[in-house]
Amino acid sequence: MGEAFDIFLQASFWVAVVRIASPLILATMGELICERAGVLNLGIEGIMTAGAFVGWYTVYAGGDLWLGVLMAGVIGVVFGLLHGTLTVPLGLSQHVTGIGVTLLASSLAYFSYRLLLPQVSSPPKIEPFQPLPIPFLSDIPLFGQALFAQTPLTYFAFVAVALVAWVLYRTPLGLAIRAVGENPAACEAQGIDVTLIRLGAVMAGSALMAIGGAFLTISAFNSFFFEMVNGRGWICIALVVFGSWRPGKALLGAILFAAFDAYQVRLQQVTGGVVPYQLFLMMPYVLSILALIVMARKASYPKALMVPYRKGER
Amino acid sequence: MRIEPVDAVSWRATLGYPALAILATLAFAGVLVMLAGANPFAVFGLVLKGAFGSQFAFLETLTRATPLIFTGLAVAVAFRAKLWNIGAEAQLYIGGVVTVVLGTGALPWAGFALKPAIIVAVMMAGALVLLVPTLLKSRFGVDEVVTTLLLNFIVLLFVSMLLEGVLKNPMGMGWPQSRRVIEAASLPKILQGKRLHYGFVLALVAAISVWFVMARTTLGYEMRAVGHNPQAARFAGIRVNLVLVKTALLSGGLAALAGFSEVAGLKGNLSLDLSPGYGYTGIVVAMLAMLHPLGVIAAAIFVAGIFVGADSMSRAARVPSYIADVTVATALLTMVAAILLTRYRIRWR
Amino acid sequence: MATAPQIGAGATTVLRLDKITKRFGPLLANDAISFALGAGEVVALLGENGAGKTTLMNILFGHYLADDGVVEAFGRALPPGDPRATLAAGIGMVHQHFTLADNLSVLDNIALGTQPLFSARFDAAKARTRIAELSRSFGLEVDPQARVADLTVGEKQRVEILKALYRDARILILDEPTAVLSPLETDSLFQTLEKLVEQGLSIIFISHKLGEVMRISNRVLVLRGGRLVGERQTASATREELAELMIGGTLTGPGKHSVQQGAVALDLRAIHTRASGDKRALEGVDLQLRAGEIFGIAGVSGNGQASLAALISGMIAQDGGDLIIAGESPRGWSPREALRQGIGRIPEDRHHEGTLGDMSVAENVISERYGEQPYSRWGVIDWRAAVNFAKKLIGEYDVKCPSPAARIRLLSGGNMQKLILGRVLDGRPRIVLANQPTRGLDVGAVAYVHSRLLKACEEGAAILLISEDLDEVLALADRIGVMSKGRLSEPFRRGEKSLAEIGALMAGHGFAEGEGAHAH
Repeated sequence: MGEAFDIFLQASFWVAVVRIASPLILATMGELICERAGVLNLGIEGIMTAGAFVGWYTVYAGGDLWLGVLMAGVIGVVFGLLHGTLTVPLGLSQHVTGIGVTLLASSLAYFSYRLLLPQVSSPPKIEPFQPLPIPFLSDIPLFGQALFAQTPLTYFAFVAVALVAWVLYRTPLGLAIRAVGENPAACEAQGIDVTLIRLGAVMAGSALMAIGGAFLTISAFNSFFFEMVNGRGWICIALVVFGSWRPGKALLGAILFAAFDAYQVRLQQVTGGVVPYQLFLMMPYVLSILALIVMARKASYPKALMVPYRKGER
Repeated sequence: MRIEPVDAVSWRATLGYPALAILATLAFAGVLVMLAGANPFAVFGLVLKGAFGSQFAFLETLTRATPLIFTGLAVAVAFRAKLWNIGAEAQLYIGGVVTVVLGTGALPWAGFALKPAIIVAVMMAGALVLLVPTLLKSRFGVDEVVTTLLLNFIVLLFVSMLLEGVLKNPMGMGWPQSRRVIEAASLPKILQGKRLHYGFVLALVAAISVWFVMARTTLGYEMRAVGHNPQAARFAGIRVNLVLVKTALLSGGLAALAGFSEVAGLKGNLSLDLSPGYGYTGIVVAMLAMLHPLGVIAAAIFVAGIFVGADSMSRAARVPSYIADVTVATALLTMVAAILLTRYRIRWR
Repeated sequence: MATAPQIGAGATTVLRLDKITKRFGPLLANDAISFALGAGEVVALLGENGAGKTTLMNILFGHYLADDGVVEAFGRALPPGDPRATLAAGIGMVHQHFTLADNLSVLDNIALGTQPLFSARFDAAKARTRIAELSRSFGLEVDPQARVADLTVGEKQRVEILKALYRDARILILDEPTAVLSPLETDSLFQTLEKLVEQGLSIIFISHKLGEVMRISNRVLVLRGGRLVGERQTASATREELAELMIGGTLTGPGKHSVQQGAVALDLRAIHTRASGDKRALEGVDLQLRAGEIFGIAGVSGNGQASLAALISGMIAQDGGDLIIAGESPRGWSPREALRQGIGRIPEDRHHEGTLGDMSVAENVISERYGEQPYSRWGVIDWRAAVNFAKKLIGEYDVKCPSPAARIRLLSGGNMQKLILGRVLDGRPRIVLANQPTRGLDVGAVAYVHSRLLKACEEGAAILLISEDLDEVLALADRIGVMSKGRLSEPFRRGEKSLAEIGALMAGHGFAEGEGAHAH
């Protein structure tokens, strides 16, 4: 029993928590931006997969790691443009379009993978981001390593949260994004182009999602394999709700979730096979559903979320 | 740029835009084929041949279409009532589990009693799986898209647990799979030596039944009304939550039948690779059919043809079989856009 | 009000509309409309609902694109369809339905879109200072930090006006600004408008209320059926003249006769309901509705009418008090139960509550009775019976409709309303709830609806008429009650109270004890 609690006292545990949280943080921020602007982006799972592949392949083909990040972002923008074009000016169902984008993005990723690497039996490896410890801070006991000895892409994730929060709450652009998700008619009456803002938000958000996916292949692990995103995209959607569409709370949610995930892996090792491992693996998804239920009552969602804006409709 | 509803829907638009959608899809697929270094027309030819070019191919396509008809119906029924059932995959697997629990010898009944019993149990199980997210939606306002999606992962893990535990086939040489289904519970083949089984017939019966319910019964009317405008439906006296529950029961049950059909008709047992994503592909089938139950049959055969043909093609040409998944996803997006264009007109500034 | 004497488009012309034309499918909403606005003038656009006033202003503001015609502001042509350009040209609009983001603050709403989109910081201090300045100059007090959802209707309108002033509007368009205000708030608004005119602004005031138009404007432009049918100096025009222009004929009231008042059909005693969404709570409503009478509920929208209608329709149940129909309290309350008890409901919103827009006419007419014979048996629907019923209603109620298979969304508002009326009245309900039954309809349709309601009343139905159009209530109702802040006044007969007294009731004065307990 004591072993179950000892897990929390290991610095390596917290290192794993932050590492597991990083792709969730990035993708959750991405989805948050989309939803704040009023667009539900169910393409997240596929965009993460595409980002994972593109990021990895860029490095595999000889590129720099940050170039990989950039290319992942680019592919995110491309799929964001697709999703945005279909849902914003054309006003198609955001649910159906999102599922379609997920199917398209992941199948394109798998197709490209098979095409570019036809002969491989096991996924080829690359040299991923290495941990970059910050001197002095990383020596703090227990949390020092977790917060200050991570890979540059993890630092990027935390910076992204701060950036998203700043833009949303302290800039005119952020005000426009929030307003567009609350009352597009009000924005139109103030001379703001609702379509452009929503499109831009979806593209930017999708870029972050893709980078979140790339984290898996060029920072957390070092190769791309099928089904590697494994439902993280859907979990991020739950995290946005859990965080009440606020970057800070969503970050907290991601950390909490990652903590739970890291814990169940170690708990498995400690209890040693008495409980079927599948039950442990189920917990993240069950937890996400519970989070949704808890937040549903209190949800202060953007009022115009999922309502397509048709100009001049009588 | 503005979108305005069209005054009257012209039949030229109803045929023309979907046709354009299919052309656009084929063009995009063609580009990918060229990137793979092959000739698009040759490849399309191979796909067509692999899907419909011989009796064997055609029967294979119909066999592949069978689960897609079930999941397509499940999705169509749900989407009509604006219940976003993305969890057909989970419901399918539960159907497989129940089939195996009841059909591998636990009930030593004769076929004419056992099969209907299993069908009823399967549908109830699938219904229950979808009922949970549906109740969460109507009681707590939790979006069912995410909950049904997450349930897919949970159920799959649950099945994996069962297959390594209570359902494990002791003579399975270590692979996690269930015992084989007994004769009385199986769906026989339609033609000797071919893979097509009576699950296909069951699927057709299901499609016709669903069509009748949707178009001719009070339940179907309620479902459509709730899907179009839940507030107006409620005002008219329709009990919206009850209708959603009934929709969930029907939709979940249909998806579970896909699992029954695959286990009792094709595979003979349950393993983790029972479904290569039929639940998700069912969404494409339903949308391509514009949520029409009879259209689902055609759309399922079309989509199955793409997959079967692509499998066969990729053995001959250098193009990865994932081209089928790409094509199908593209078809979904172009078709949804086409449907919009038939009903609305775009006015440029 | 002291009106600054202006002679037509006198001193300087600040705005000129030239032959503005707009079609929506077969409907000609604006037909070659031309007029000019002078500096410091208050011009009223008078017309009934559907006359084309809002369409014209939406074109001016850039929400819609005109099919033909040009707009010139301060001598320069205005780029069409561009709200940005319109705002930059100094034209501001106070919309009929407020364009405010409820979850954001007053400051956010006002400053939205006023600072460069890609600047690194949002200058909240600057915005706050300017808003305070404007509030002071024009007497428009607001709390910049307040969340818009928490404001009263009058305060929200102040924010709308401030939005325009913040952007240096020199021309202000107000679209039916008093529709949601009490008489007191209306006075306050007119005071503000006077101040604005003193500062040199020009105002276009859109309304269908003759009295206010006479009060506030220098010049009146009358629209009817999309055309500009008359232009008068307010000082020299008469109400009758304007009314005639507006309606296109003389006002003939419906022949309201006395009917024997029957038994109490609907009895509400001390009804309390909870507030929900934008529906106000009912705070102890008493109402006895008798067979053969029309009881009119007057009042500014937002004072509990929606809750009352929802209660009687079966959509909500009361929190306290009794609802008694023909002497019995129904067990369990729902729309289905309300229908079973013989309540016919004409909903306020024919698009969101009254019809299933994408379904056919035949499918819509059976929406309340699809489970009964002859429309269905053993759960199977007899579509032929449904189509026949649709045809019957189409004939009897003079509905212009391509066929029973047509999508109901294609029908015009008036025809849709007639169909709903038919669907409701065909069942000979003993109680009819008519909630804003003629909103948005043209004169002909209004007269038709009124005549059908009167006929139903003659045949013994008890009719509860809820309308924000006081004229309609005064014309039709035998007894009238005024709703204010969730309470219903003591009923009175037409003629027993003067307009001023009714206005006072609408503003919340003169209610029975318990009034002081509720915050104003």
